[in-house]
Amino acid sequence: MGKVIYVLGDDISTDIIYPGRYMATVLPTETPKYVFNDIKELHQMLVENKFNPGDFIVAGKNFGCGSSREQAVSTLRGYDIKIIAKDFARIFLQNSINLGLPTYICPEIEASVGDELEIVGDKVINHTTGKEFKLIPHHKSRQAIIDAGGLIPYTRKKLLEERKQ
Amino acid sequence: MGICHQILPENGYVRPGYLVVGTDSHTTSHGALGAFSFGIGATEMASVWTLGRILNVQVPETIKIVVNGKLQDFVEPKDLILYIVGLLGAEGANYKVIEFHGETIRTMNTSGRLTLCNMTVEAGATSGIVPPDDETIRYLRQVAGVQDEIEMVTPDPDAQYCQEIAIDASKLVPQVACPHTVDNVKPISEVEGIKINQIVLGSCTNGRLEDLETAYNILKGKKIARGVRMLVFPASGRIYREAAKRGYLLGLMEAGAVVVNPGCGPCLGVHQGALGDGEVALSTTNRNFKGRMGNPNSEVYLCSPSVAAASALTGVITDPRKGG
Repeated sequence: MGKVIYVLGDDISTDIIYPGRYMATVLPTETPKYVFNDIKELHQMLVENKFNPGDFIVAGKNFGCGSSREQAVSTLRGYDIKIIAKDFARIFLQNSINLGLPTYICPEIEASVGDELEIVGDKVINHTTGKEFKLIPHHKSRQAIIDAGGLIPYTRKKLLEERKQ
Repeated sequence: MGICHQILPENGYVRPGYLVVGTDSHTTSHGALGAFSFGIGATEMASVWTLGRILNVQVPETIKIVVNGKLQDFVEPKDLILYIVGLLGAEGANYKVIEFHGETIRTMNTSGRLTLCNMTVEAGATSGIVPPDDETIRYLRQVAGVQDEIEMVTPDPDAQYCQEIAIDASKLVPQVACPHTVDNVKPISEVEGIKINQIVLGSCTNGRLEDLETAYNILKGKKIARGVRMLVFPASGRIYREAAKRGYLLGLMEAGAVVVNPGCGPCLGVHQGALGDGEVALSTTNRNFKGRMGNPNSEVYLCSPSVAAASALTGVITDPRKGG
């Protein structure tokens, strides 16, 4: 269970999530400092830790469109936060799964700031409104990476398997 | 020296039928040579290096776009792809491949095809692709210096497409993508007269020799408007040198432009040409997201080299077809 801390619209680009002018760093210890830098309210909520672990950011369609920059994922990965979007841009979604950022695809999601959400199986329950929304499961190739704990452990496992053969 | 999306094609690293991955979303560009080419993240690239193969390719559906008719003077491949992105929307091709067909594409040179495929990602596409043909071979032999055999991989005659779109290129007018999304595309008549502080010519989208030539032909012997900065950044060192030999760079500089080193330049706001508060840029690059050119309090309009050059002369967005 977690609260919705912010609701974003459609087509939130990687430049919004992590502005290009901070791309000089790739360190996961540094990128969280610049998260949503140009959306001041959300930025402050995250960097000043004004949320509870497991809270949600809800977004519209095409979240993470634009650049392949992995900082857009590592910046969010710095916070114990879940992202629910109507859908995600391809590279961002793959990067999220590779780095272990919890992302949920929910085309019908309806939620406002402050709503209590819970992920139960293949559904999101909005306890505030009493409505339930179906989640689209991740493609099986992506789920395998999630199950392995991210792409690095997954690749390590694959490599060991290949060496044994 | 230069942008990978120019360096790879011009040195023959990309061939028809190749699978190309790169840690940049505009890796879609290489589909111009008949490769299946897409962007991935840095960790995924480490995995590719480790395993020697790409994981997780969800077989995409394909949108077939058939373009026929001759482009009007001063209407360019950039206008065509802006129009297509506007038509499909920012996620209209998410997880899909856009395949280009028709006479307009067949008679388009590889530079133009690179511009088309480059921006397919702005409609969310995994990749853009032009089936290879005689022009592909010409480019690989004459420009990229490829000497060995080139295998032509083309679509099956019974290939299935999830969507087909027909476009009449002869009716296309110059297009402009307005702030702050690339799919906010309007015909130039709706944005003419908007005041510009900075003109940007270059990038992996429009930093090729033909693009510099187009701008040179409009600007030679003239002066860009007072109060307007114009930055030119060729896509590669080879283009830079060739443009210098042909006098394009001198002509652009004499018109008042500043020519900077080959590379990504001001496109993504990490260096060179970051905008000031309240400033407006008109750029031949590929993205106009809020803050893209280094300042969230600025605006970026996207256009073709012809529109950029014509607007440099007036200081406002200008239709190059009405040129003086």
